[in-house]
Amino acid sequence: MSEPAAADTGGEGLGTWRTRAIVATMFPLLVVLSVLEMGSGYVLESLEATYLDNPTLLVLVPVMIGMGGNLGAIFSARLSTRLHLGTLSFAPRDEALWANVAAIMSLAMTVFAALAVAAWVVGRTIASPMGFADLAVISLVSGLLLAALAICISVAATYLSYRRGLDPDDTTIPVVTNVCDILGVVVLSAVATLVL
Amino acid sequence: MDVGAEVRRVYGESVGILSVSLLGGLFAGAVLGSEPMREAFRQYPGLLLLLPAFLATRGNVYGAFGARLSSGLHQGLIRPELAYDERLANAVVASFVNGIGISVVIGVLSWAVLQALGRESARLVELVGITLVSGVLTSVVLVFGLMGLVFGSYEFGLDPDNLIGPIVTTLGDVFGVVFLYLAVVIVGVVL
Repeated sequence: MSEPAAADTGGEGLGTWRTRAIVATMFPLLVVLSVLEMGSGYVLESLEATYLDNPTLLVLVPVMIGMGGNLGAIFSARLSTRLHLGTLSFAPRDEALWANVAAIMSLAMTVFAALAVAAWVVGRTIASPMGFADLAVISLVSGLLLAALAICISVAATYLSYRRGLDPDDTTIPVVTNVCDILGVVVLSAVATLVL
Repeated sequence: MDVGAEVRRVYGESVGILSVSLLGGLFAGAVLGSEPMREAFRQYPGLLLLLPAFLATRGNVYGAFGARLSSGLHQGLIRPELAYDERLANAVVASFVNGIGISVVIGVLSWAVLQALGRESARLVELVGITLVSGVLTSVVLVFGLMGLVFGSYEFGLDPDNLIGPIVTTLGDVFGVVFLYLAVVIVGVVL
Protein backbone atom coordinates (compact mmCIF):
# COMPACT_ATOMS: atom_id res chain seq x y z
CA MET A 1 0.00 0.00 0.00
CA SER A 2 1.45 3.39 -0.93
CA GLU A 3 0.86 5.80 1.91
CA PRO A 4 0.02 9.04 0.03
CA ALA A 5 -2.45 7.37 -2.31
CA ALA A 6 -4.22 5.62 0.55
CA ALA A 7 -4.40 8.88 2.48
CA ASP A 8 -5.78 10.74 -0.56
CA THR A 9 -8.54 8.39 -1.54
CA GLY A 10 -9.15 7.38 2.06
CA GLY A 11 -9.49 10.90 3.44
CA GLU A 12 -11.55 12.46 0.66
CA GLY A 13 -13.45 9.48 -0.70
CA LEU A 14 -14.80 8.49 2.70
CA GLY A 15 -16.53 11.83 3.33
CA THR A 16 -19.27 11.31 5.89
CA TRP A 17 -18.23 7.67 6.28
CA ARG A 18 -15.38 8.50 8.66
CA THR A 19 -15.80 7.22 12.21
CA ARG A 20 -14.84 10.58 13.68
CA ALA A 21 -17.34 12.47 11.48
CA ILE A 22 -20.21 10.15 12.42
CA VAL A 23 -19.47 10.34 16.14
CA ALA A 24 -18.88 14.12 16.09
CA THR A 25 -22.24 14.68 14.36
CA MET A 26 -24.31 12.32 16.47
CA PHE A 27 -22.87 12.21 19.96
CA PRO A 28 -23.70 15.79 21.04
CA LEU A 29 -27.29 15.27 19.83
CA LEU A 30 -27.53 12.00 21.74
CA VAL A 31 -26.37 13.72 24.93
CA VAL A 32 -28.98 16.50 24.53
CA LEU A 33 -31.72 13.91 23.90
CA SER A 34 -30.65 11.87 26.93
CA VAL A 35 -30.82 14.97 29.13
CA LEU A 36 -34.35 15.66 27.83
CA GLU A 37 -35.30 12.00 28.38
CA MET A 38 -34.30 12.42 32.03
CA GLY A 39 -37.47 14.54 32.36
CA SER A 40 -39.47 11.54 31.26
CA GLY A 41 -37.46 9.29 33.59
CA TYR A 42 -38.02 11.71 36.46
CA VAL A 43 -41.79 11.27 36.04
CA LEU A 44 -41.36 7.46 36.18
CA GLU A 45 -39.08 7.64 39.22
CA SER A 46 -41.44 10.04 41.03
CA LEU A 47 -44.35 7.67 40.47
CA GLU A 48 -42.23 4.64 41.37
CA ALA A 49 -44.72 3.44 43.99
CA THR A 50 -47.64 3.60 41.51
CA TYR A 51 -45.73 1.71 38.82
CA LEU A 52 -44.26 -0.94 41.10
CA ASP A 53 -47.62 -1.56 42.81
CA ASN A 54 -49.39 -1.83 39.42
CA PRO A 55 -46.91 -3.81 37.29
CA THR A 56 -49.48 -3.85 34.46
CA LEU A 57 -48.71 -0.14 34.02
CA LEU A 58 -45.03 -1.01 33.54
CA VAL A 59 -46.07 -3.40 30.77
CA LEU A 60 -47.49 -0.39 28.88
CA VAL A 61 -44.30 1.69 29.16
CA PRO A 62 -42.20 0.47 26.17
CA VAL A 63 -45.18 0.62 23.79
CA MET A 64 -46.08 4.11 25.05
CA ILE A 65 -42.47 5.23 24.51
CA GLY A 66 -42.24 3.81 20.97
CA MET A 67 -45.69 3.84 19.40
CA GLY A 68 -46.34 7.61 19.32
CA GLY A 69 -43.10 7.99 17.38
CA ASN A 70 -44.04 5.14 15.01
CA LEU A 71 -47.41 6.74 14.23
CA GLY A 72 -45.79 10.17 13.88
CA ALA A 73 -43.13 8.74 11.54
CA ILE A 74 -45.77 7.18 9.25
CA PHE A 75 -47.76 10.42 9.18
CA SER A 76 -44.68 12.64 8.64
CA ALA A 77 -43.31 10.46 5.85
CA ARG A 78 -46.63 10.88 3.99
CA LEU A 79 -46.75 14.62 4.59
CA SER A 80 -43.22 15.18 3.35
CA THR A 81 -43.68 12.95 0.28
CA ARG A 82 -46.74 15.02 -0.68
CA LEU A 83 -44.78 18.21 -0.03
CA HIS A 84 -42.05 17.00 -2.44
CA LEU A 85 -44.69 16.05 -5.02
CA GLY A 86 -46.24 19.48 -4.66
CA THR A 87 -49.67 18.11 -3.75
CA LEU A 88 -49.69 19.21 -0.11
CA SER A 89 -51.57 22.32 0.92
CA PHE A 90 -51.67 23.25 4.58
CA ALA A 91 -55.31 24.26 4.12
CA PRO A 92 -57.79 22.99 6.72
CA ARG A 93 -59.99 21.71 3.89
CA ASP A 94 -57.28 19.48 2.36
CA GLU A 95 -59.12 16.14 2.07
CA ALA A 96 -55.99 13.99 1.76
CA LEU A 97 -54.64 15.50 4.97
CA TRP A 98 -57.82 14.55 6.83
CA ALA A 99 -57.77 11.07 5.27
CA ASN A 100 -54.27 10.60 6.72
CA VAL A 101 -55.37 11.94 10.10
CA ALA A 102 -58.32 9.52 10.13
CA ALA A 103 -56.04 6.61 9.15
CA ILE A 104 -53.54 7.41 11.92
CA MET A 105 -56.28 7.73 14.54
CA SER A 106 -57.81 4.39 13.41
CA LEU A 107 -54.38 2.77 13.63
CA ALA A 108 -53.93 4.22 17.14
CA MET A 109 -57.38 2.93 18.13
CA THR A 110 -56.50 -0.58 16.91
CA VAL A 111 -53.03 -0.69 18.46
CA PHE A 112 -53.98 0.71 21.87
CA ALA A 113 -57.14 -1.42 22.16
CA ALA A 114 -54.99 -4.49 21.39
CA LEU A 115 -52.42 -3.23 23.89
CA ALA A 116 -55.06 -2.96 26.64
CA VAL A 117 -56.22 -6.56 26.09
CA ALA A 118 -52.70 -7.98 25.76
CA ALA A 119 -51.32 -6.03 28.73
CA TRP A 120 -54.25 -7.24 30.86
CA VAL A 121 -53.44 -10.86 29.98
CA VAL A 122 -49.70 -10.32 30.60
CA GLY A 123 -50.47 -8.44 33.82
CA ARG A 124 -52.53 -11.34 35.16
CA THR A 125 -49.74 -13.81 34.56
CA ILE A 126 -46.91 -11.76 36.10
CA ALA A 127 -48.65 -10.06 39.03
CA SER A 128 -51.89 -9.24 40.80
CA PRO A 129 -54.44 -8.25 38.15
CA MET A 130 -55.54 -4.70 37.48
CA GLY A 131 -59.17 -3.90 36.60
CA PHE A 132 -59.71 -4.26 32.84
CA ALA A 133 -61.89 -1.13 32.61
CA ASP A 134 -59.20 1.04 34.25
CA LEU A 135 -56.52 -0.45 32.04
CA ALA A 136 -58.57 -0.01 28.85
CA VAL A 137 -59.31 3.64 29.68
CA ILE A 138 -55.64 4.33 30.51
CA SER A 139 -54.33 2.64 27.34
CA LEU A 140 -56.87 4.16 24.93
CA VAL A 141 -56.96 7.68 26.36
CA SER A 142 -53.17 8.03 26.59
CA GLY A 143 -52.68 6.30 23.21
CA LEU A 144 -55.17 8.51 21.35
CA LEU A 145 -53.81 11.63 23.05
CA LEU A 146 -50.29 10.63 21.97
CA ALA A 147 -51.45 9.99 18.39
CA ALA A 148 -53.15 13.41 18.28
CA LEU A 149 -49.97 15.04 19.64
CA ALA A 150 -47.87 13.15 17.07
CA ILE A 151 -50.10 14.49 14.27
CA CYS A 152 -49.92 18.11 15.51
CA ILE A 153 -46.14 17.93 15.95
CA SER A 154 -45.71 16.38 12.48
CA VAL A 155 -47.75 19.10 10.80
CA ALA A 156 -45.95 21.84 12.72
CA ALA A 157 -42.47 20.38 12.05
CA THR A 158 -43.20 19.83 8.33
CA TYR A 159 -44.59 23.34 7.96
CA LEU A 160 -41.62 24.94 9.75
CA SER A 161 -39.04 22.96 7.73
CA TYR A 162 -40.85 23.95 4.53
CA ARG A 163 -40.90 27.63 5.51
CA ARG A 164 -37.19 27.55 6.36
CA GLY A 165 -36.25 25.72 3.16
CA LEU A 166 -35.17 22.55 4.96
CA ASP A 167 -35.98 19.08 3.64
CA PRO A 168 -38.65 17.70 6.02
CA ASP A 169 -37.34 14.18 5.28
CA ASP A 170 -34.25 15.05 7.34
CA THR A 171 -35.90 17.05 10.09
CA THR A 172 -39.48 15.98 10.77
CA ILE A 173 -39.12 12.27 11.58
CA PRO A 174 -36.30 12.65 14.15
CA VAL A 175 -38.11 15.58 15.81
CA VAL A 176 -41.46 13.77 15.93
CA THR A 177 -40.09 10.42 17.15
CA ASN A 178 -37.97 12.01 19.89
CA VAL A 179 -40.67 14.38 21.15
CA CYS A 180 -43.15 11.46 21.23
CA ASP A 181 -40.58 9.26 23.03
CA ILE A 182 -40.35 11.89 25.76
CA LEU A 183 -44.10 12.60 25.91
CA GLY A 184 -45.14 8.91 25.97
CA VAL A 185 -44.30 8.30 29.62
CA VAL A 186 -45.51 11.77 30.65
CA VAL A 187 -48.94 11.30 29.00
CA LEU A 188 -49.27 7.74 30.35
CA SER A 189 -48.38 8.85 33.87
CA ALA A 190 -50.76 11.81 33.80
CA VAL A 191 -53.69 9.68 32.57
CA ALA A 192 -52.89 6.85 35.01
CA THR A 193 -52.74 9.27 37.95
CA LEU A 194 -56.16 10.68 36.98
CA VAL A 195 -57.76 7.25 36.53
CA LEU A 196 -56.31 5.40 39.54
CA MET B 1 -61.19 12.00 -3.90
CA ASP B 2 -62.56 8.95 -2.13
CA VAL B 3 -61.54 9.70 1.45
CA GLY B 4 -62.76 6.36 2.79
CA ALA B 5 -60.67 4.36 0.30
CA GLU B 6 -57.61 6.48 1.07
CA VAL B 7 -58.05 5.91 4.83
CA ARG B 8 -58.32 2.14 4.27
CA ARG B 9 -55.23 2.11 2.05
CA VAL B 10 -53.04 3.98 4.55
CA TYR B 11 -54.38 1.80 7.38
CA GLY B 12 -53.75 -1.41 5.47
CA GLU B 13 -50.17 -0.45 4.57
CA SER B 14 -49.16 0.19 8.18
CA VAL B 15 -51.22 -2.05 10.45
CA GLY B 16 -48.99 -5.11 9.94
CA ILE B 17 -45.69 -3.45 10.79
CA LEU B 18 -47.23 -1.63 13.78
CA SER B 19 -48.50 -4.98 15.10
CA VAL B 20 -44.97 -6.40 14.96
CA SER B 21 -43.72 -3.36 16.85
CA LEU B 22 -46.57 -3.78 19.38
CA LEU B 23 -45.53 -7.39 20.03
CA GLY B 24 -41.92 -6.33 20.62
CA GLY B 25 -43.05 -3.59 23.01
CA LEU B 26 -45.35 -5.98 24.89
CA PHE B 27 -42.54 -8.48 25.34
CA ALA B 28 -40.32 -5.69 26.68
CA GLY B 29 -43.15 -4.55 28.96
CA ALA B 30 -43.67 -8.07 30.30
CA VAL B 31 -39.96 -8.19 31.24
CA LEU B 32 -40.18 -4.74 32.90
CA GLY B 33 -43.27 -5.70 34.91
CA SER B 34 -41.87 -9.08 36.01
CA GLU B 35 -41.07 -9.64 39.69
CA PRO B 36 -37.25 -9.85 39.30
CA MET B 37 -37.15 -6.60 37.29
CA ARG B 38 -39.37 -4.78 39.82
CA GLU B 39 -37.02 -6.03 42.52
CA ALA B 40 -34.11 -4.53 40.54
CA PHE B 41 -35.93 -1.17 40.30
CA ARG B 42 -36.30 -1.20 44.11
CA GLN B 43 -32.71 -2.32 44.67
CA TYR B 44 -31.10 0.25 42.33
CA PRO B 45 -32.76 3.66 42.68
CA GLY B 46 -32.00 5.50 39.42
CA LEU B 47 -32.69 2.51 37.18
CA LEU B 48 -36.29 3.64 36.54
CA LEU B 49 -35.02 7.18 35.95
CA LEU B 50 -32.64 6.10 33.18
CA LEU B 51 -35.08 3.66 31.53
CA PRO B 52 -36.75 6.08 29.03
CA ALA B 53 -33.40 7.53 27.93
CA PHE B 54 -31.92 4.03 27.62
CA LEU B 55 -34.81 2.75 25.47
CA ALA B 56 -35.12 5.90 23.35
CA THR B 57 -31.43 6.27 22.43
CA ARG B 58 -31.42 2.76 20.92
CA GLY B 59 -33.74 4.05 18.19
CA ASN B 60 -31.54 7.05 17.45
CA VAL B 61 -28.16 5.27 17.33
CA TYR B 62 -29.18 2.14 15.46
CA GLY B 63 -31.87 3.85 13.36
CA ALA B 64 -29.15 6.17 12.04
CA PHE B 65 -26.84 3.19 11.42
CA GLY B 66 -29.60 1.33 9.54
CA ALA B 67 -30.49 4.40 7.48
CA ARG B 68 -26.80 4.88 6.63
CA LEU B 69 -26.46 1.25 5.50
CA SER B 70 -29.56 1.59 3.37
CA SER B 71 -28.47 4.86 1.69
CA GLY B 72 -24.98 3.42 1.21
CA LEU B 73 -26.45 0.41 -0.62
CA HIS B 74 -28.71 2.60 -2.78
CA GLN B 75 -25.77 4.87 -3.67
CA GLY B 76 -23.46 1.94 -4.37
CA LEU B 77 -21.00 3.11 -1.69
CA ILE B 78 -21.08 -0.22 0.14
CA ARG B 79 -21.88 -3.72 -1.04
CA PRO B 80 -24.27 -6.10 0.75
CA GLU B 81 -21.55 -8.47 1.94
CA LEU B 82 -20.11 -9.18 5.36
CA ALA B 83 -16.56 -8.70 4.05
CA TYR B 84 -14.14 -6.02 5.26
CA ASP B 85 -14.85 -2.63 3.77
CA GLU B 86 -13.41 0.59 5.14
CA ARG B 87 -16.67 2.56 5.00
CA LEU B 88 -18.66 -0.23 6.58
CA ALA B 89 -16.04 -0.79 9.28
CA ASN B 90 -16.02 2.94 10.11
CA ALA B 91 -19.82 3.02 10.38
CA VAL B 92 -19.79 -0.06 12.63
CA VAL B 93 -17.09 1.37 14.90
CA ALA B 94 -18.94 4.73 15.08
CA SER B 95 -22.16 2.95 16.10
CA PHE B 96 -20.32 1.10 18.87
CA VAL B 97 -18.74 4.34 20.10
CA ASN B 98 -22.09 6.18 20.00
CA GLY B 99 -24.15 3.34 21.47
CA ILE B 100 -21.77 2.37 24.28
CA GLY B 101 -20.67 5.96 24.96
CA ILE B 102 -24.21 7.26 25.37
CA SER B 103 -25.10 4.31 27.62
CA VAL B 104 -22.33 5.35 30.02
CA VAL B 105 -23.47 9.00 29.83
CA ILE B 106 -27.03 7.92 30.71
CA GLY B 107 -25.80 6.00 33.77
CA VAL B 108 -23.81 9.03 34.96
CA LEU B 109 -26.70 11.44 34.22
CA SER B 110 -29.18 9.39 36.19
CA TRP B 111 -26.83 9.26 39.20
CA ALA B 112 -26.12 13.02 38.91
CA VAL B 113 -29.83 13.94 38.73
CA LEU B 114 -30.57 12.01 41.93
CA GLN B 115 -27.54 13.54 43.68
CA ALA B 116 -28.60 17.05 42.64
CA LEU B 117 -32.11 16.44 43.96
CA GLY B 118 -30.72 15.01 47.18
CA ARG B 119 -32.55 11.72 46.65
CA GLU B 120 -31.49 8.20 47.42
CA SER B 121 -29.55 6.67 44.55
CA ALA B 122 -27.63 3.51 43.74
CA ARG B 123 -23.85 3.88 43.68
CA LEU B 124 -22.40 5.51 40.54
CA VAL B 125 -20.38 2.38 39.75
CA GLU B 126 -23.56 0.25 39.92
CA LEU B 127 -25.63 2.46 37.59
CA VAL B 128 -22.77 2.92 35.10
CA GLY B 129 -21.91 -0.79 35.34
CA ILE B 130 -25.50 -1.68 34.42
CA THR B 131 -25.75 0.77 31.49
CA LEU B 132 -22.27 -0.14 30.23
CA VAL B 133 -22.86 -3.90 30.22
CA SER B 134 -26.31 -3.59 28.65
CA GLY B 135 -24.99 -0.98 26.18
CA VAL B 136 -22.21 -3.31 24.99
CA LEU B 137 -24.56 -6.29 24.64
CA THR B 138 -27.30 -4.34 22.77
CA SER B 139 -24.70 -2.75 20.45
CA VAL B 140 -23.31 -6.11 19.37
CA VAL B 141 -26.73 -7.63 18.69
CA LEU B 142 -28.23 -4.55 17.02
CA VAL B 143 -25.26 -3.66 14.82
CA PHE B 144 -24.76 -7.17 13.47
CA GLY B 145 -28.48 -7.99 13.49
CA LEU B 146 -29.29 -4.87 11.48
CA MET B 147 -26.46 -5.53 9.04
CA GLY B 148 -27.82 -9.02 8.41
CA LEU B 149 -31.41 -7.84 8.05
CA VAL B 150 -30.67 -4.79 5.85
CA PHE B 151 -28.30 -6.72 3.55
CA GLY B 152 -30.68 -9.67 3.45
CA SER B 153 -33.74 -7.60 2.58
CA TYR B 154 -31.75 -5.67 -0.06
CA GLU B 155 -30.61 -8.91 -1.71
CA PHE B 156 -34.24 -10.10 -1.68
CA GLY B 157 -35.19 -6.95 -3.60
CA LEU B 158 -36.98 -5.25 -0.70
CA ASP B 159 -36.32 -1.57 0.04
CA PRO B 160 -34.72 -1.54 3.51
CA ASP B 161 -35.88 2.09 3.98
CA ASN B 162 -39.40 0.90 4.72
CA LEU B 163 -38.30 -1.68 7.27
CA ILE B 164 -35.57 -0.04 9.32
CA GLY B 165 -37.72 2.10 11.66
CA PRO B 166 -39.96 -0.70 12.95
CA ILE B 167 -37.11 -3.27 12.95
CA VAL B 168 -34.97 -0.98 15.11
CA THR B 169 -37.75 -0.20 17.61
CA THR B 170 -38.71 -3.86 17.90
CA LEU B 171 -35.17 -5.26 18.26
CA GLY B 172 -34.22 -2.32 20.50
CA ASP B 173 -37.16 -2.91 22.86
CA VAL B 174 -36.72 -6.68 23.05
CA PHE B 175 -32.93 -6.83 23.44
CA GLY B 176 -32.74 -3.53 25.37
CA VAL B 177 -34.76 -4.77 28.36
CA VAL B 178 -33.47 -8.35 28.27
CA PHE B 179 -29.86 -7.11 28.37
CA LEU B 180 -30.78 -4.49 30.97
CA TYR B 181 -31.97 -7.31 33.20
CA LEU B 182 -28.92 -9.44 32.40
CA ALA B 183 -26.69 -6.46 33.25
CA VAL B 184 -28.47 -6.06 36.61
CA VAL B 185 -27.74 -9.73 37.37
CA ILE B 186 -24.08 -9.46 36.28
CA VAL B 187 -23.51 -6.21 38.24
CA GLY B 188 -25.22 -7.78 41.28
CA VAL B 189 -22.78 -10.69 41.19
CA VAL B 190 -19.61 -8.71 40.40
CA LEU B 191 -20.06 -5.57 42.55
